[in-house]
Amino acid sequence: MADGSTTGASRRDFLVGGGASLGLVLSFSLAGSAGAAETAAKLNSYVRIAPDGIVTIINKNPEVGQGIKTMLPMLIAEELDVDWAQVRTQQADGDPATYGRQIAGGSLATPMHWDELRRVGAAGRSMIVAAAAAKWGVSAAECTTALGVVYHKASGRKAGYGTLAALASEQPAPTLSKVTLKDPATYHIIGRPMIQVDTPAIVTGKPLFGIDVTVPGMLFATYEKAPVFGASVASADLAAAKAVKGVTDAFIIEGGTALDGLLPGVAVVATSWWAARKGRERLNIQWADHPTSKQSTASFEAEAVALSKATAPFRPRNDGDVDAALKSAAKTVKAAYSYPFISHANLEPQNCTASWVNGKLEIWAPTQNPEPGRQMVAKTLGIPASDIALHMIRCGGGFGRRLNNDYMVEAAWISRKVGAPVKLLWTREDDMRHDFYRPAGWHFLEAGLDAQGTVTAWKDHFVTPGEKGTPSRSAGMASTEFPALFIPNFRYDLSILESQIPTGPLRAPGSNALSFVMQSFIDELAHEAGADQVAFRLKLLGDQKVVGPPMQGYGAERMRGVLKLVAEKSGWGRAMAPRTGLGVSFHYSHLGYFAEVAEVAVADDGTVKVKKVWVGVDVGRHIINPAGAMNQIQGSVLDGLSGALHQKITIENGATVQSNFNDYPLMRISEAPAVEVHFLLSENSPTGLGEPAMPPAPPALTNAIFAATGVRLRSLPVDTDLLRKA
Amino acid sequence: MAIKLNVNGKAVSADVDGDTPLLWVLRDSLGVLGPKYGCGIGQCGACTVHVDGSPVRSCQVPVEALGKGKVTTIEGIGLSPVGKKVQKAWTDLDVAQCGYCQAGQIMAATALLAANPKPTDDDIDTAMSGNICRCATYVRIRAAIKLASGQSTDKVF
Repeated sequence: MADGSTTGASRRDFLVGGGASLGLVLSFSLAGSAGAAETAAKLNSYVRIAPDGIVTIINKNPEVGQGIKTMLPMLIAEELDVDWAQVRTQQADGDPATYGRQIAGGSLATPMHWDELRRVGAAGRSMIVAAAAAKWGVSAAECTTALGVVYHKASGRKAGYGTLAALASEQPAPTLSKVTLKDPATYHIIGRPMIQVDTPAIVTGKPLFGIDVTVPGMLFATYEKAPVFGASVASADLAAAKAVKGVTDAFIIEGGTALDGLLPGVAVVATSWWAARKGRERLNIQWADHPTSKQSTASFEAEAVALSKATAPFRPRNDGDVDAALKSAAKTVKAAYSYPFISHANLEPQNCTASWVNGKLEIWAPTQNPEPGRQMVAKTLGIPASDIALHMIRCGGGFGRRLNNDYMVEAAWISRKVGAPVKLLWTREDDMRHDFYRPAGWHFLEAGLDAQGTVTAWKDHFVTPGEKGTPSRSAGMASTEFPALFIPNFRYDLSILESQIPTGPLRAPGSNALSFVMQSFIDELAHEAGADQVAFRLKLLGDQKVVGPPMQGYGAERMRGVLKLVAEKSGWGRAMAPRTGLGVSFHYSHLGYFAEVAEVAVADDGTVKVKKVWVGVDVGRHIINPAGAMNQIQGSVLDGLSGALHQKITIENGATVQSNFNDYPLMRISEAPAVEVHFLLSENSPTGLGEPAMPPAPPALTNAIFAATGVRLRSLPVDTDLLRKA
Repeated sequence: MAIKLNVNGKAVSADVDGDTPLLWVLRDSLGVLGPKYGCGIGQCGACTVHVDGSPVRSCQVPVEALGKGKVTTIEGIGLSPVGKKVQKAWTDLDVAQCGYCQAGQIMAATALLAANPKPTDDDIDTAMSGNICRCATYVRIRAAIKLASGQSTDKVF
C-alpha cells in the first residue's frame, strides 16, 4: 500500500497502515547525545539547538517538490514553540532505523506524521523546560515558553533555548504519547503560509538536485537499454565508443529480467556526459529477439474489446440483482470508456551518482523511496545493505516515477565496474521510453435509471493490463471504488489483458484514470435523466454521513459539502454563451475530498480553451502550510488537464513510440487557466495534498466540453477533431 | 581545444570540442550547474541562459558559435536589477514546487521584463511558452511576473 498502488487492498486501508507505521515512528530513540564535534545539542533524532538559538530540524522524507522539507519541520517547530525564523531544516539520509519508512508516496506524510511529529516537538519543548526548571530551582509547571524563550513569570527570569540546550539534552526524554500538545488556537506556525526552505537556493540556481551532485574524481555515464523492455544485447561496437575522445570505458551489462531492476544494456563512461553520449551514438547495438516484441497499442485495443464480449474471469463485486434491475429500468445507458498509458515525464531525467570505494558504496539518489533501492542494490551487487550509504537528494519532480529505483542500481553497478564515482544521467528519450507507465484501461459500462431518474443499476466490465490473471502494478481497481456502495444493484467484472508493459504508480494511481470514467458516465446518466448535474450527484451521494465500514468509509457528507461549495463558488447554473460550458466532477482519494468545476470554450476548429477551474477541498481541520497547499492543488489540477488534453504513450513493436516533448507535449503557460481553491475546514485530522486534487480535473474538463458542444468524449486524450463545429 | 568564454562576467576557458553544446560546457567543464538539462532538443527551456542579454537554449548552442557573446546564467542574473526583482518575486510568491525548471523560467522572465517592463497576460504567454513546468506552477509564474513588474496580481496564498 505504501507505494500508492491501488492494487489489492482498498486505499482506505491507509488508516490501518498508518496506524502500523505510527508504532514504528514512536519507537525511535529519543535519547539525546551531544556529538563531540557538534556545538549544537541534540535533543532527539529530529532536533538540534545551537548555543545561539538556531534550531536545526531534520526532514525525514524525500523532497520531490511537494514541500515536505518545509511542512514536516513546521509540525515539530510549532510544538517545540520556537520562532520559525530560528529554524533551519536539514535533509535526513536514508536511515530507516532512526526515521522509520522514508517515502514520498500515497500523500501519506500528513496523516502519518501530523500527530507524532508534533509530539516530537512537544517532547523537545518539555526537555527545554525541564532544563530551565532545574537551572532555576523552580517547578517546570511554573515555566512557560514563547518563540524559543522559556519564562518563569514569578521570578521574572527568562532564557533562550540556545542557552538551555546542552542541559536539556541531558534531561530524560518524555514518552511521546504522554506529552501535552498545544491548543490549536495558539498555533503560530501551523496554518501560516511559509515559503519553502529551499526557495532561496532554487531562485539563485544552487546545486540542489540529483543531476547537480558532484563528487571528486567523478566520471559521467550514459546507459542504453533495449527499446523492447528487457531485451538483451546481441552485439555492440564497444571499440568505436571507446575511440571517442573523453570516453574511458564502454561495456555490456548482462542484467536480469525484472523490469524494475537492472536490465540489460550498454554503459558508456567518460570524463563528461557529452563525451559519453557521443560514444553511445557509435555503439551500433543489435538487440536480441524478445518475447514481448509484438506488443502494441492497436492489439491491446482490439483484445480489450474482444475480452469485453467474453465472460469475465473475476467478479470482485456483485450487489443486489443487476440483471433484474436493468430489465426493469425505465431507461438504460451503455458506454465504453478508455484511457491510455501515460508517462511521468519528470522534468529532471532519471539519474543517480554512486561511488564504489574499497568494497563499499555511497549513493546520492533523487528517489522517492530510498530503502527498497538500497535493498535492490545490495541484492543485485551481492553486498550487505549495511555497506551502502544512501543520501536522498531533492528530486526534480516525483509523480510516482521515483518510487522505482532502476537508475540507482544501474549507477551502482557501473561505479563498481569502473572503480570510480560515477554520475549516471538518462537522456530524455531514455526517460520516456523506460518509464513505469500509468496503465491503460478499458471500461464497458451499463446503467439503469428508474422513472424518477434514480440510478438503480450499474455494471462495469473493467479490462486492465496484467500478467497471469493479476493486474499490472497500479492497474487494479478496488471493489469499493465509487459509485460502489451507493447503488443497490452493482456489479464489477474484471478481465485481465495479457501485457508486459512496465507500469507503476503515477500521481493518484488508479484514481487519476478511474475518476474520468466514473464521473463521465455519471454525467451521461444525469443528462439522460434530464437532471441538473450537481443535483444528480448530490442525490447519488445520498444522505448518510459515511458510507462503508467505520474509519474506512466514504465520507459522503464531506463530499456533499465540497460539491455544494464548488457549485456556489463557480456560479453553477448560470447562462453560458454558445460553445462554452461548465463541467463538474468529484473524487475521493488519499483521504481527501475534492469537487471541481471547469469552464471551457471550444473554438469552431475544435480547440479547447480551459478558462477557469474552481476547486472545493476538504482535507481536514488545518491547512498546515497554505502556501504549499495551494501550489499543490493548483499544480495537480493543471497536471490532470495536461494529461487529459495531450498525453498518450503508444506501443508499437513492443516499444514506446514517443520520445521527447515534441511528441509527448506537456501543458504550457499559454494553456493554463486560473485555478480558484476553496477549503472547507472539517473536524477531521489533516490529510495529504500531493495527489487527490488531480483525479477530478480530467472529467471536469470533458464534462464541460460536453456541456459546450454536446460531444461526449469517452477516451483520452481529448481528440479535438471530434469537437469541430458541424 | 581550449575555448574561451565569458560567463557571469568572468573570463573562463574549457577544454572541449567546439561542437559541444554550451549547456554541457557550463555544467560538466565549468561546474555552473544552475542551467538544467530537460530535453536536449530546445523544447523545455530548463537550460535557458542569456547570451548578451537574449534568452537562448544552451542545449542548442554549440560553444564555438558563441564568439564573443557574454553568457549570463541563473547564478549571475541577480546582479542585474531586473533579474534581482524577478528572483525576489519568485521568492515572495514561492513559485517553485520541485524547482527544476525555475532557473530557466527566471531567465526567460528576466529577458521578458528587460524588453517589456509591463507585460500583459498575452505577452507573458508568448514569452514564457517555451518553458515547461512539469509541476505546472503556471498560476504563480504569471503572478510573479506581474509582481516583479509592479502590476497587480491575484492573491496566490
